[in-house]
Amino acid sequence: MSIASAETGIIGGIAAKFRTCPATGLKIDLAAEKLIKANAVAAVVFLAIGGLFGLLVALTRWPAVHLLPSEMFYLVLTAHGLDVLLLWIIFFEIAVLYFASAVLLSCRLATPRIAWAAFWLMIIGGLMTNVAVLQGESSVMFTSYVPMKAAPHFYLGLILFAVGALVAVMVFFGTLVVARDERTYEGSVPLVTFGAITAAIIAVFTIASGAIILIPTFLWSVGYISHIDTVMYKLVWWGMGHSSQQINVAAHVAVWYAIIAITIGAKPLSEKVSRTAFFLYILFLQLACAHHLLVEPGLSAEWRVFNTSYALYLAVLGSMIHGMTVPGAIEAAQRKNGFNNGIFEWLRKAPWSNPAFAGMFLSLVMFGFLGGISGVVLGTEQINLILHNTIYVPGHFHATVVAGTTLAFMAITYLLLPLIFQRQVIWPTLAKWQPYLFGIGVAGISLFMMGAGTLGVSRRHWDITFSDAQVTFDYPATAFLMMGLNGIFAIVASLGGILYVLITVGTVFFGKKVDASNIVESLGPMPQKQVSGAVHEYGGAGTWHLPGTYILVTVFFLSFVLYYFVNWKYLSEIWPLS
Amino acid sequence: MAIHPPEERIWWNERIERGELVWIGIAFLWGLVMFSMMVYWHIEGKQNLSNEAYRIDPAVFEKRTEEFTEKFTVREDETGYPIAKPPAGGDVYMLARLWEWWPMLELEKGQTYRLHLSSLDWQHGFSLQPTNINLQVHPGIEHVITLTPTETGSFGIVCNEFCGLGHHQMVGRIYVVEAGKSQ
Ligand code: HEM
Ligand SMILES: [Cu+2]
Ligand SMILES: [Cu+2]
Repeated sequence: MSIASAETGIIGGIAAKFRTCPATGLKIDLAAEKLIKANAVAAVVFLAIGGLFGLLVALTRWPAVHLLPSEMFYLVLTAHGLDVLLLWIIFFEIAVLYFASAVLLSCRLATPRIAWAAFWLMIIGGLMTNVAVLQGESSVMFTSYVPMKAAPHFYLGLILFAVGALVAVMVFFGTLVVARDERTYEGSVPLVTFGAITAAIIAVFTIASGAIILIPTFLWSVGYISHIDTVMYKLVWWGMGHSSQQINVAAHVAVWYAIIAITIGAKPLSEKVSRTAFFLYILFLQLACAHHLLVEPGLSAEWRVFNTSYALYLAVLGSMIHGMTVPGAIEAAQRKNGFNNGIFEWLRKAPWSNPAFAGMFLSLVMFGFLGGISGVVLGTEQINLILHNTIYVPGHFHATVVAGTTLAFMAITYLLLPLIFQRQVIWPTLAKWQPYLFGIGVAGISLFMMGAGTLGVSRRHWDITFSDAQVTFDYPATAFLMMGLNGIFAIVASLGGILYVLITVGTVFFGKKVDASNIVESLGPMPQKQVSGAVHEYGGAGTWHLPGTYILVTVFFLSFVLYYFVNWKYLSEIWPLS
Repeated sequence: MAIHPPEERIWWNERIERGELVWIGIAFLWGLVMFSMMVYWHIEGKQNLSNEAYRIDPAVFEKRTEEFTEKFTVREDETGYPIAKPPAGGDVYMLARLWEWWPMLELEKGQTYRLHLSSLDWQHGFSLQPTNINLQVHPGIEHVITLTPTETGSFGIVCNEFCGLGHHQMVGRIYVVEAGKSQ
């Protein structure tokens, strides 16, 4: 059906080829579709490479295994951070942006040629930085704190990649303009697109910070600039580094809303509340770069307190709102779907065997309980004293960016494969288990790294036995146990990751073609086999009865409060300092 | 649905349900509580980061630390490092460089010291274990921390900021003894 039914739309004097999606009725620009595919495939390739590096790192940090020699360990750790955090996530995000603009708005993509140029810039930049790291002269970690110096092409690659990403973001904005001018949708943009716009706006800020810091650093690495201030570098670097995490949050929350819309027909409880929550991200999250500088010398306490409380934690408020409205939307939709008994039938009878839904829900729960709570605690000005640069930090962000973002992106892949690649997922049974396998593995590595970090184990450290050090220190046996368990769960997570890559690649090449006759079953098990238009009347006063969601958020809130004060207690036990 | 335009065109006039409002209220108040905790701890808490810091030439800091060490060294550690024991309540210097913390210190329990920290080259991470105090150390900035050991024993300083190939070998030591005694 794809090519046969493709129509040529001449809108605004520009020709574009469209096909009509048999499941949603959306008109899909074929140029946009190709670009979504290219960016998603590049993302998965870098996830495969970077994930493998992650496994090697974890096996080295397992004291009983201690796989790699030290130089190789630092090299591989640098490559791991770059390939997964930058390349996998951002390539996938570009795919999400094109999907949320061109596809969801039934619009042609603005300037596909420029979008391809952006793609190739990102590829060249990504490869260049990888080459620099693999050559061995740039094991500086992805943060590359000055005055540690990497090879010039390490920075140059990052700059090219960032420019490419910026151009892609501009194509996204251009597409929004085209859609409005050509009236391809009515009223306001959908919530998912709104979330994507949030992500894109933050991306502009992020990439600007990246340019401000990386361009001088590149010039310094080739000798044009003699000195870069170390604290200033960190401040601006995290203007990029932390804000890019906000892009991830906005993007994966948008992905959550998309998945629950497609798999169970959920719609937002209130457009106003959900959109305001996204808007809070734009207003307040950038300030969070400060929480990477809580134990640096020379910054005033007022500055730290103001910035860590993100102006009264208003951005955290945004996430807490989504943390209720997303499960709330699921509960409301499931009750409409007929699972209205008791408090939790809606949850029990959710489509747990649909990997898109299961992955999304695990992502929601782990992002909130593990990533969100630990992030706020870690970013509390004084508590940072007992956690800064310990392996608690990677523990925290594997819960956010791996259990949260990566798992959400994996989940939506199971919908993009039939909808965009028009292929039926091969090995549906394995696909069903994949999110659980990966989810359990990641929950394990997050928790055990956090546990070891609480006991003081350092991050980015080759040998906590200090076997070749002149002066040594003995970490408690529990710390070693935690690092061992971390290694075991890293293997589980890697199996989940490998499975994801195999299923995705296998499906792209060998999956059965999808057309109007089998599209609905290709989206996986659903409570209501109708993707669009099923749930239209509920919402508004009277239909609001969400006891399950209230219980879930209460449990969440109590855990949050408890864990928060436990850490103050830990802090109060260390040596007094001021 | 979230993948379609809002059903109500004028979505910002929608009524917000009570459940949502209550949750937003709770989350907002919780934010205020967390904000107040940080302020409260600055007033009543005993663990706060020092704001005292100076720009300094690494060579000057090196010289001061050497003078300090020469003056107060009481013995050598079995690893050969000098152990400096300053008078209780005094100024204490420790420098970070690739890849060591120098010198070692002997402090008395319950006494308050002014610890001067700086790096001569790259950034390092001062991670005092097992008590678990973690500070970032920059080159060119002298950070002065007022510190009161509350337990005796031998404490490790693990470098927890990646600082190149010898990063995992960079360990220092602080001994804490009962007031008026020495090891
Ligand atoms: C199989 C899955 C993965 C495993 C087993 C794994 C494991 C690890 C381990 C053990 C560390 C090192 C901690 C340290 O020594 O400091 C690490 C660091 C890191 N990981 Fe992963 N990881 C995985 C996937 C990912 C993914 C998908 C992302 C991003 C989306 C990610 C982002 C990072 C980052 C940014 C670092 C920090 C690197 C640095 O300190 O410079 N990881 N990972
Ligand atoms: Cu160091
Ligand atoms: Cu180090």
